[in-house]
Amino acid sequence: MSVLVLVEHTQGVFKKKSLEAIQYAANIAGSTGTTVTAVATGNVGDDAMQALGAYGAQKVLHTTDARLDNFNSRAYTKVMITAAQKEGAKVIVGLHDTVGKSVSPRVAARLKAGLVAGAVSYPDLSKGFVVKKNVFSGKAFAFVNVTSDIKVITLMPNTYPVVKGEGTSTVEKLDVAFEDKDFSIQVKEVAKASGSVPLSEAELVVSGGRGMKGPENWYVLEDLAKELGAATACSRPVADSHWRPHGEHVGQTGGTIRPNLYIAVGISGAIQHLAGVNGSKTIVVINKDPEAPFFKAADYGVLGDAMEIVPRLTEAVKKFKANH
Amino acid sequence: MKILVCICPVPDTTTKVAFSDNNTHFSTQGVTFIINPYDEWYALVRALELKESGAATDVHLVTVGKADAEPVIRKALALGGDEAIRIDADSNDTYAVAAQIAEYAKTVGYDLVLLGKESIDYNNGSVSAMVAELLDMNYLGFAAKIEIAGTTATVTREIEGGEETDTCSLPLAISCQKGVAEARIPNMRGIMAARTKPLKVVPAAAIDALTTIVGYELPPAKTGVKMIAADNMDELVNLLHTEAKVI
Repeated sequence: MSVLVLVEHTQGVFKKKSLEAIQYAANIAGSTGTTVTAVATGNVGDDAMQALGAYGAQKVLHTTDARLDNFNSRAYTKVMITAAQKEGAKVIVGLHDTVGKSVSPRVAARLKAGLVAGAVSYPDLSKGFVVKKNVFSGKAFAFVNVTSDIKVITLMPNTYPVVKGEGTSTVEKLDVAFEDKDFSIQVKEVAKASGSVPLSEAELVVSGGRGMKGPENWYVLEDLAKELGAATACSRPVADSHWRPHGEHVGQTGGTIRPNLYIAVGISGAIQHLAGVNGSKTIVVINKDPEAPFFKAADYGVLGDAMEIVPRLTEAVKKFKANH
Repeated sequence: MKILVCICPVPDTTTKVAFSDNNTHFSTQGVTFIINPYDEWYALVRALELKESGAATDVHLVTVGKADAEPVIRKALALGGDEAIRIDADSNDTYAVAAQIAEYAKTVGYDLVLLGKESIDYNNGSVSAMVAELLDMNYLGFAAKIEIAGTTATVTREIEGGEETDTCSLPLAISCQKGVAEARIPNMRGIMAARTKPLKVVPAAAIDALTTIVGYELPPAKTGVKMIAADNMDELVNLLHTEAKVI
């Protein structure tokens, strides 16, 4: 028995969202009287793995195979299935990101385990195993009861704040009986995005819409984002007009994000856009149209021209940072 | 090369979501159902392009659902495709849907399975990888570009923090997003042709759902926006720090 969690790292440094996933798994382990086993792949140091104990992992299973450096759902599924069988795992946690969304459904299908994809709460064990998740692209939540013996969950990043505790994980090697077919996808080219903060993990997001008038005006948003340490995003018309890369598009047919702060500049707030961002904890809307529907969904609003207001806000942030 | 495109009916993107029976059911009253945009704009159109270019011989469309799903699959057939299959089963659990599709797919033997990266109603994005697992196929998620030459696929896809281009032999399952193709509008000829194209109804395989939705909730309404004067951004920053506590 254990709660298993797949953790991701960038060149040996575990991602914040993976620490969150461990903490999430630890909560489930606590309420079901079991322990957390993290599963790590590839080139990562023992120190970094032992340090996962501070977030609630008692044990880390580590599998190294140079071929795992490129993510591949089939091979990773085999890693997770091997670990799940070794540990007798009843709950398997992953992240609701491109890795988790590719591996967790495969693991669930193999183990005939019910899946909750994009969880935003701990399971409620008083009524079975009920987990809250986003549905209708953020327009609502559903409560999903998992009725199978084994349960698989992908956690929406930024659901719970990460709190470092005490503890050290033990690290064990995990042997996985790979076959050639597990690595039959050949990687030809990898292009890493240059942006400093990945949008899905960002706590602060500065986003622009058609009201920005053109891509040449984006520098004011980038300056603000840089000052805040925020990621940049955009609305659908902006991505469709190729003002910004489509990876930045948030909304019903783009990405769904839930940062702590979402600053929407020149975005009117169509229902499809709100769907992708209304999980944000605080929303600031800057728009020159007092009738923009986004104001109704905002916590703070500023009426006026973006090209004047945003640089002023950047200056105010700069001043704030100097005094804090 | 035979392609299977999975089609999911979803509420129109402008739907105002409401629930009935003490928040236990999604209220479909007055809701227009459309083809899931990712399935239509990207997976289906790319499959049609591959047939038009001669790379594919057959394009089949499959949906899991009761008879009320048929108008949506007819709309999909109006865009193109040789035949449609409706698997006569409930579509309320990801595993059950994937397993129904996989059971059917095994009887035909497809070289390529294309799906949207997620459906815009339940946002699981899980059927694609599950189908791949159940059919013992390789899987490439979040594709932005798909080329097929002979029995080899070259796919550019989103990965954590970037993009990757891979090659892989068929059979293969791919989930599609923006970039894979450009949306098409059905023409009158397509709509007329869709009426006479075969729509096969396949009985459900004996597969149990592993999850049940026990309730729904709408997000809490915002309590009202606090307007800040355009010349007082210090005040906004101060509120974000002391009141919202986000910076």
